[in-house]
Amino acid sequence: MTQSLKDKLVIILLAAVIAAFSITFIAIEEQVEIFALLVFAAALVLGGAKLGITASIAQSLARNERLMNFAFIAATIAVVFWFREDHFPLLMIATVLLYVIACCGLNIQFGFTGVVNFAGAAFFGVGCYTAAVLGGTSVPLLLVIVLGGVIAAIVGSVLIIPVLRTRGHYAAVVTIAFGLLFRTFLEVNDTLGGPQGLGVSGMNLFGWDFNNNIEISENLEISFYMNYVVLALIMVILTFVLMRRIERSWIGLNFDAVRLDETAAACFGIDIKRWKIVAFTLGNFLAGTAGALYAMMLGFIAPSNFAFSDSLILVSIVLLGGMGSLWGTILAAGLVVLLPEKLQVIQEYRFLIYAVVMILILLFRPQGILPRGLRAYIPGWRG
Amino acid sequence: MDVGLLGQFVVNGMMLGMMYALVAVGFTLFFGVLDVIKFSHGDVLMVGTFAGFSTYLGMTAIGIDNAFIQLIGVLVISLGSMAILGAVIARYLVLPLKSAPPLNTLLVTLMLGTVLREAIRLFYPDGSNPKHFPALLPTDSWSLGSFTLRSDSVILLIGGLLVIVGVNMLINRTRLGLAIRAVAQDEETAKCMGINFKMIVLLTFALGSAVAAFAGVMNGLYYNEINFGMGLLLGVIGFSAAIVGGLGNIYGAILGGFLFAGLQTLGAVALPFASAYKDVFAFAVVIAIIAWRPTGLIAEKTSERV
Repeated sequence: MTQSLKDKLVIILLAAVIAAFSITFIAIEEQVEIFALLVFAAALVLGGAKLGITASIAQSLARNERLMNFAFIAATIAVVFWFREDHFPLLMIATVLLYVIACCGLNIQFGFTGVVNFAGAAFFGVGCYTAAVLGGTSVPLLLVIVLGGVIAAIVGSVLIIPVLRTRGHYAAVVTIAFGLLFRTFLEVNDTLGGPQGLGVSGMNLFGWDFNNNIEISENLEISFYMNYVVLALIMVILTFVLMRRIERSWIGLNFDAVRLDETAAACFGIDIKRWKIVAFTLGNFLAGTAGALYAMMLGFIAPSNFAFSDSLILVSIVLLGGMGSLWGTILAAGLVVLLPEKLQVIQEYRFLIYAVVMILILLFRPQGILPRGLRAYIPGWRG
Repeated sequence: MDVGLLGQFVVNGMMLGMMYALVAVGFTLFFGVLDVIKFSHGDVLMVGTFAGFSTYLGMTAIGIDNAFIQLIGVLVISLGSMAILGAVIARYLVLPLKSAPPLNTLLVTLMLGTVLREAIRLFYPDGSNPKHFPALLPTDSWSLGSFTLRSDSVILLIGGLLVIVGVNMLINRTRLGLAIRAVAQDEETAKCMGINFKMIVLLTFALGSAVAAFAGVMNGLYYNEINFGMGLLLGVIGFSAAIVGGLGNIYGAILGGFLFAGLQTLGAVALPFASAYKDVFAFAVVIAIIAWRPTGLIAEKTSERV
């Protein structure tokens, strides 16, 4: 068997295993079984790493990036199709996808450019409130999603001057203060619903109402969340393509230079301010678009969804996956969103457990679960 | 405006300013010796207040009900236990990350703050509900027209002032303070001069945490209510105050603390819009000040900006 055929088989098998695992994980309800499955998966991954299997799979993946992307999309579609009639699993999957988009935004800021942003949930929230306010008007709803991003970026531009002029702790306090300001503002502002929040009208695309179940035939009625999952998946794919393009272009190179050494980057003629502004604005835009669709999907939003701890969860996802690592972000978003939903035992303790896990990660594996690899300019190329 | 009401606002603002300044002093001390931000500071404050509250409950249970002895007990236990907690945090979370990027220390301590907050909420008996903190100070009051001055407010203000002056004296007049300042200025040289670096760092963290516990007890005595989330906002405000004043400078911390309290009071009293926006106003001004003076009103001597 040739090398390339073997690689392809490995990838397809891996995607199938991941799909099967996700389906089992989402489908089972018994707490003991979920624990057993998680322990089994952890043992598999650790054992694979010890025997060097993980490394050889990683090489196969790196050689066939295009196939890998398609295989993982196919795996996601398989999982989604499996749960076509169930509301709750589809809602969870859509939530994971939207968190992935928001965290990709944070990744551009934290991971690529090194601009700190502890107000991720606030920009997500700007998108949500944009959808709530514009949802009732005659603006086309697909445009509302884009506008959610644009308005998040515009709101973020208020912070550009302080973020540019400060560094490290000082920049952190600017964004933390903004996050608190945003939530307090929502709570006391009566036009935006105050603490009770606002209702949001659902997505409607050219007369296709997203909030109706899709009746295929007498005995097959697909959950209406399927609409949102499909739209979110398309958005994730677009975001992913955008992120990869940025990473492989001179833009990504400039971002990295700004993060690694501002002085040296400036000496080579890189305009630090410009790239920080681009990264900050683009990141907030992505968070805003995700927020807009999230609000339409839930149909209701309140200020308590955008607390400081929610911003921390977004940062935790980025850090857990590995700064700047796209696949890491997807994996981490899945873990952080799904685990508390599945393990009802830990639901009450989830913030405590996140925090402890994050401390352990920062102390013992600061590069995250799937650290970002070296930049590969040409897919499949290994020099 | 009514003079009495105005006086009430001034006293309230000074009380808030004193608490913020005490918290900000801690941030400034930690930044001074180790160039790190310990974000769990506000939650240490909260744990300290709960420790004090538990001491009060314990003393009442064994039959000590003299308010003065109870107050002493509350302060001793609260300050002492938080000093130990602060040193433990420094030893096991902050020092190991000394060579890591500063963002990591910030995140670790942020997460530690969440752990402390959630631990109190989940494991303290009925921890998710607010608790009634006892009034342990004499509550006589003097009336001056429509303005009433309560004696416990005066005692708290004087107490806070004494703590700040005491910390300032400790830093500027004693051998320990000299060592702290030496470490803050240049770690390597300080080590060469025979200063026990690790010991000084641990002592500084203990000192800062004890001061925060004092601010927490003060908060409890003034408002007579404590809850598990009180530390987050106090911590962020203390951090902002330290930043606005200028990190690494005690006077900056005091200035920042009173400035923030002044802004909140101003937002509540003098501005045309509803007083509910006072925090929005105060945080917006803080962001504007940081944009205007990126290293704080009293700038750091050695700026980290190139």
